[in-house]
Amino acid sequence: MDHISPVIWQFLVKWLTNFAVIPPEASKVAPQVDALLLFMTLVSLVGLTLVILLVVTFSILYRRERNPVATQIEGSTLLEATWTIIPLGLFLVMFVWGSVLYFRIYTPPPNAMQVYVVGKQWMWKAEHPGGQHEINSLHVPVNQPVDLTLISQDVFHSFSMPAFRVKREAIPGRYTTVWFEATQEGTYHLFCSQYCGTAHSAMIGQIVVMSQDDYKKWLASSTSGVSLAQNGERLFASLSCTACHNGTPGARGPSLAGVYGSTLTLTNGQKVTVDDEYLRQAILNPSAHITQGYAPIMPTYEGQVSEEGLFSLVEYIKNLDTNYRIQQTTTTTELAPAATAAAPAGSNGKVSHE
Amino acid sequence: MSSIVSLPDQTTARIPKRNYLTNENGILSWLLTGDHKRIAMLYLISITFFFFIGGALAGLIRLELLTPQSDLMATDTYNKVFSMHGIIMIFLFLVPSVPATLGNFLIPIMVGAKDLAFPKINLLSWYLYLAGGSLTLWAMINGGVDTGWTFTTPLSTHYVNTNVVTTGLAIFVAGFSSIFTGLNFIVTIHRMRAPGMTWFKLPLFVWSHYAASILMVLGTPVLAIAIVLVLLERTIGIGVFDPTKGGDPILFQHLFWFYSHPAVYIMILPGMGVISEVISTFSRKRVFGYSAVAFSSVAIAVFGFFVWEHHMFIMGVSNYSTLVFSLLTMLVAVPSSIKIFNWAFTLYKGSITFETPMLYAFGFMGLFTIGGLTGVFLGASGTDIHLTETYFIVAHFHFVMVGGMLMAFLAGIHFWWPKMTGRMYPEKISQLAAVVTFIGFNFTFFPQFLLGMLGMPRRYAAYPPEFQVLNVFSTAGATILGVGYLLPMIYLVWSLKYGKIAGANPWQATGLEWQIQSPPLTENFVEIPVVTQDAYDYEWLERQKEHEVTQVG
Repeated sequence: MDHISPVIWQFLVKWLTNFAVIPPEASKVAPQVDALLLFMTLVSLVGLTLVILLVVTFSILYRRERNPVATQIEGSTLLEATWTIIPLGLFLVMFVWGSVLYFRIYTPPPNAMQVYVVGKQWMWKAEHPGGQHEINSLHVPVNQPVDLTLISQDVFHSFSMPAFRVKREAIPGRYTTVWFEATQEGTYHLFCSQYCGTAHSAMIGQIVVMSQDDYKKWLASSTSGVSLAQNGERLFASLSCTACHNGTPGARGPSLAGVYGSTLTLTNGQKVTVDDEYLRQAILNPSAHITQGYAPIMPTYEGQVSEEGLFSLVEYIKNLDTNYRIQQTTTTTELAPAATAAAPAGSNGKVSHE
Repeated sequence: MSSIVSLPDQTTARIPKRNYLTNENGILSWLLTGDHKRIAMLYLISITFFFFIGGALAGLIRLELLTPQSDLMATDTYNKVFSMHGIIMIFLFLVPSVPATLGNFLIPIMVGAKDLAFPKINLLSWYLYLAGGSLTLWAMINGGVDTGWTFTTPLSTHYVNTNVVTTGLAIFVAGFSSIFTGLNFIVTIHRMRAPGMTWFKLPLFVWSHYAASILMVLGTPVLAIAIVLVLLERTIGIGVFDPTKGGDPILFQHLFWFYSHPAVYIMILPGMGVISEVISTFSRKRVFGYSAVAFSSVAIAVFGFFVWEHHMFIMGVSNYSTLVFSLLTMLVAVPSSIKIFNWAFTLYKGSITFETPMLYAFGFMGLFTIGGLTGVFLGASGTDIHLTETYFIVAHFHFVMVGGMLMAFLAGIHFWWPKMTGRMYPEKISQLAAVVTFIGFNFTFFPQFLLGMLGMPRRYAAYPPEFQVLNVFSTAGATILGVGYLLPMIYLVWSLKYGKIAGANPWQATGLEWQIQSPPLTENFVEIPVVTQDAYDYEWLERQKEHEVTQVG
């Protein structure tokens, strides 16, 4: 056959050998999603076959040549009920099954490892807590739940990982989260799947799933030297957050040590649980998030801190369990203003907030 | 194959001298007409024009996707091409397609009225459509727009430098043409039915247009609001959708989909009306479970308003609201499946013939079933996460909109062509066109389901090479599909002059429109009919014929 057209022949051979209907099942949830997809496909095939069978059979049996005069029938309540209730039942099964999966995909387990991701035109920037930064790629260990906190710096993007059957939009102005647990080592596609302008189709990258050991090596070799929390600590000082949020008696702002995960009462009486999103909002729009007992004096930091900087601050506050170092910083500042640079541990004196 | 077509003796038959086409002459008599049939023809010409522009853009998309690289055009050009394809096909073709042409032409006749309730508003609606269409063309020639048809903020408000304002205005204006059409239908169906024409004697075509009209009148203003807010945000920066000013981009998604989901029912419901008429006529049988089909149209219209958030399952909305909207989405799928089975059982014990409109209707049933069932894949929230924003979505809505709606539109055009023009098209070649369209369609869009399953994102000018084979299949299919759409264009125009004289009722159909001359008089009826028969009453039609014979004899 290949004498007809070598090009087409090559093409077909290549295609038939690599033919796939589903991407690799590389996450814990992937086989579960595929099971539902298979169920739906089977139900659809049965439904479609039924419709085709009805149409073809009736077309043969009752074509004009065989059945010149039609018999008028009003309808049948029994049949109507049948084809109302059976599809409804099947759809409800799919609804319940799908919802169970949805909650599973969007509810991270407590032991998940956290990675922060910023989407921007047109790249993905991942920030690991250990201070590793990557662009258009994401390295993760196998068999370890990974929880991604996503945000966009400009337009809507969507972090799509088909091999994991998981995606989530990165939206400007709010955090979204998604988690997965990779089960197979390998390199998989990372797509931006929400149209985001000129180079939308170039906003792709790869997810590299590594063994635990390789991942540790990668972490060690890729670190920038400053962890996200350390970077956050420097920002915290350089933005003068320490002036009020220092935990001293009579401080003008509430203490932030241990605040993450706690429940606060705001001035309007509303009770809120402190999470990443709350911290971000409280920094950018403080007047709407004043803790009861404090004056609304905090200025907004909108436009002054990048999304990466906000991630650093959030990571810092999240891990803050004592005000000791903050008080050290402020005391040092008061005693010897020239010595600020020496204060935050591991710092090289440069404040980085991109 | 036997046929029910019965044409008058061609040697003596003439097109009636006095009809709506010959009633007045001159271009002004068309441009200032209040006649719903002439306005329908104006609409038919305009939407066909836009369909072929949108189709040419679709051809460019498929050509670009033949290879994995972005090589035929720059990515920016590609983005503009798919944006304009979506905007033109949705707002300028699919939304007005059946209602503004067939609906406009037939609804007054079907309910036994001389015109729509507001003929001048009807004409205004066409002018608004034309204004919207011209603005869109102007925007396209002037550099295009690359927001996608969804105008997602903040991309559309802050990040693109293309003609968002012009295109937004175009859609705003075209939206009013749709509102006016819907308003006209609702009032006409309520107030202008002939004596004896009760609600349950109305053809199902009228019921489905009634349901679609409600959606047009209640949904389209929300789109107008969303568009106006986008334009204000873009021009003067009011900040409703801008998070740095305290706005919320998710709000835009809610507003936009609050219209744009019901909009798919605006598009498909009138098509379902066509299918009911066609299947009944060519199986010589009353539609199985008339009231179930009628009420399922209304049910789709009602439930259709409460499912919009299923477009936003992965946008970080509350998991519990997803639960509610996923459930409602499953409920809205049920009336559609009821209709499919009712149509299938209409064939049972019928006396079936396979003229062109019936072939298109069969195509509709198969493709709409696939389109509907794959919608369930997306309505179930867990699988939606994997499938949304991929080619699975593209394939799904093309199965519903092109495989469903366009098939229904072509079924309707072929079915009522003899009524609108007084002439028949060539039967054999039109049957061929129906088959070619069906094959080309499946070839084009089925591979896209597989691409979506594999995770290929939509709106990509370039893609990883492993997706090429399926894309080549899809492009190959699109060329077949293109032939399938060009054929009717050619033979329908040909038939205007050379087609056989159709006579009043070539299909032996029961609707009131078939009891008057073809093409109809400007006033439709010489005297307003008194309706005693049910819809699809073929026994009544037989008695009528006998009655005529005895009278003549």
